[in-house]
Amino acid sequence: MIELKNISKTFKVAKRNAGFSEAVKALFKKDYTYIKALQDISFTIGDGEMVGYIGPNGAGKSSTIKIMSGILTPDSGECVINGRIPWKDRIRHVKEIGVVFGQRSQLWWDVPVIDSFELIRDIYNVAEPDYKKTLAQLIELLNICEIVKTPARQLSLGQRMRCEIAASLLHSPKILFLDEPTIGLDAVSKIAVRDFIKTINRENKTTVILTTHDMQDIEALTERILLIGKGRILLDGSLSELKMRNSSHKTLTVDYTGEKLPEYENMSVIKDLNGHAEIIIDTNLMTVSQAISDISANVEIKDISVAGETIDKTVVSLYKEFNI
Amino acid sequence: MKKYMSFFKIRFISGLQYRAAAWAGISTQFAWGGLTVLMFWAFYQDGKNSFPMTFPELSSYIWMQQAFLAMFMAWFFDNEIFDSITSGGIAYELCRPCDIYYMWFVKNMAVRLSRTVLRCFPILIVAALLPSPFNITLPPNPAAAFLFLISVILGFLVLISFSMLIYISAFYTLSPNGVRIIAVSVTEFFSGSIIPIPFFPESLQTIIYALPFSSMQNTPFLIYTGHMNGADTLRSITVQIFWFAAMTLVGRILFKKALKKVVVQGG
Repeated sequence: MIELKNISKTFKVAKRNAGFSEAVKALFKKDYTYIKALQDISFTIGDGEMVGYIGPNGAGKSSTIKIMSGILTPDSGECVINGRIPWKDRIRHVKEIGVVFGQRSQLWWDVPVIDSFELIRDIYNVAEPDYKKTLAQLIELLNICEIVKTPARQLSLGQRMRCEIAASLLHSPKILFLDEPTIGLDAVSKIAVRDFIKTINRENKTTVILTTHDMQDIEALTERILLIGKGRILLDGSLSELKMRNSSHKTLTVDYTGEKLPEYENMSVIKDLNGHAEIIIDTNLMTVSQAISDISANVEIKDISVAGETIDKTVVSLYKEFNI
Repeated sequence: MKKYMSFFKIRFISGLQYRAAAWAGISTQFAWGGLTVLMFWAFYQDGKNSFPMTFPELSSYIWMQQAFLAMFMAWFFDNEIFDSITSGGIAYELCRPCDIYYMWFVKNMAVRLSRTVLRCFPILIVAALLPSPFNITLPPNPAAAFLFLISVILGFLVLISFSMLIYISAFYTLSPNGVRIIAVSVTEFFSGSIIPIPFFPESLQTIIYALPFSSMQNTPFLIYTGHMNGADTLRSITVQIFWFAAMTLVGRILFKKALKKVVVQGG
């Protein structure tokens, strides 16, 4: 059980303008600005849930993860995870969590991965039979049987990430924090990682909290999403709710043969070149199927795709909605 | 305890991999030791009695210094630790159920010891085979050998607890280079690694012996050579214990404070 109540965190950042005189001035007096990384964050996550934590860069995702994993101390607010306050009871707390930071590595660079695993086993004091069982399961699910004998420095990013995930699950944590676990991975590795996350959530009842910029991750994995922007929770609900909140504009991308498209009512053609057109429609004014039938009345459609707005645009429109 | 032992082991083993560096180090240290011994020999030709140590004592001191260089070199810091502080890799270490102060302490010990193990034996053996008085000799008596053993361990611990303070300073300054350069120069000078402390003027020696730096390599090597004996030895060992305890205590307090204000950047 994870409970956050009114968590706030401010960072102090030194700032100065460009130029020599400003640099000299900064020697004597530094100007600081205060960045409110998190403001009044509250949410509850139950055992065995899988939650996607999304938002643009600098929104406060990683800061929240760091507070929940006991690395950062918030300025105010309460956070109780399985009955403990992470930063006060750090050592006991971290025994029950696993963390993967997609942009950092926990494997020792110049020894085979299996040596790192054994060190992690000793660090967490995992009993030998438990370790063997977990390791066998992880090796099978992540398909890393051969990879673990290789030094980490010789692994590809996809191989390394699978080992990183295995490394953070060796002590069978109850909660797993994944901070951008699929960053930089190719399609095959992404799917492998996603399937694996789904499996451990289902079979081991591990609570999973996942931050990502990859909407496919979210679609493939999570029922519930928390959307954060500028340090505030903007939305806590299902993916479809978020899509509903999405503004009503849709973009149609059409490949066609025939004459150039004519002007339509309620549709704005933003690009039309050599049989490739992009059209924006407002679904409050007309439905997608109406638009398609209107277009096909004029030209022969070869290919068509309909896209809602990207998540980043949604966030921007939510910023406007919340006036921040 | 087991986790720190495992941590020591993995660092120690990975340190043993660098054999070519060890051979290069051995030849450099051998040449450097030889030059230093010969330089002092030239001075001693002028009048043996005007120097505080006998020449055989001095030869032993210098060869010990070269053999255990990797253990006591002040300029060596583990860049991984500085990087983990400045770049935020410490995030992972903070997610471990371990005390990071001890983890880094053990890591430093392991890196230095693995280097020392690779280097010290060839140097000691060759230095022992040199003609007298340029060679290294055994300690004057078994008691001195025993006290040397205790003192060298303490000296090592003092040095590492001091390095820990430099690592911790990186939390506060974000760029450890300035502190590092000053710390290295001061340590080099006052620890007796440039010239043995008995060669300093008397009045300065009183001050130097009150500083932690003389507790690093100077004390064990002087005990080994037999230059330091009797009550002096016990007093110096007590001073070593004091500095080890004091610097570890200060380090732990500063470290706890630093962790509270830690800002893990990026990501």
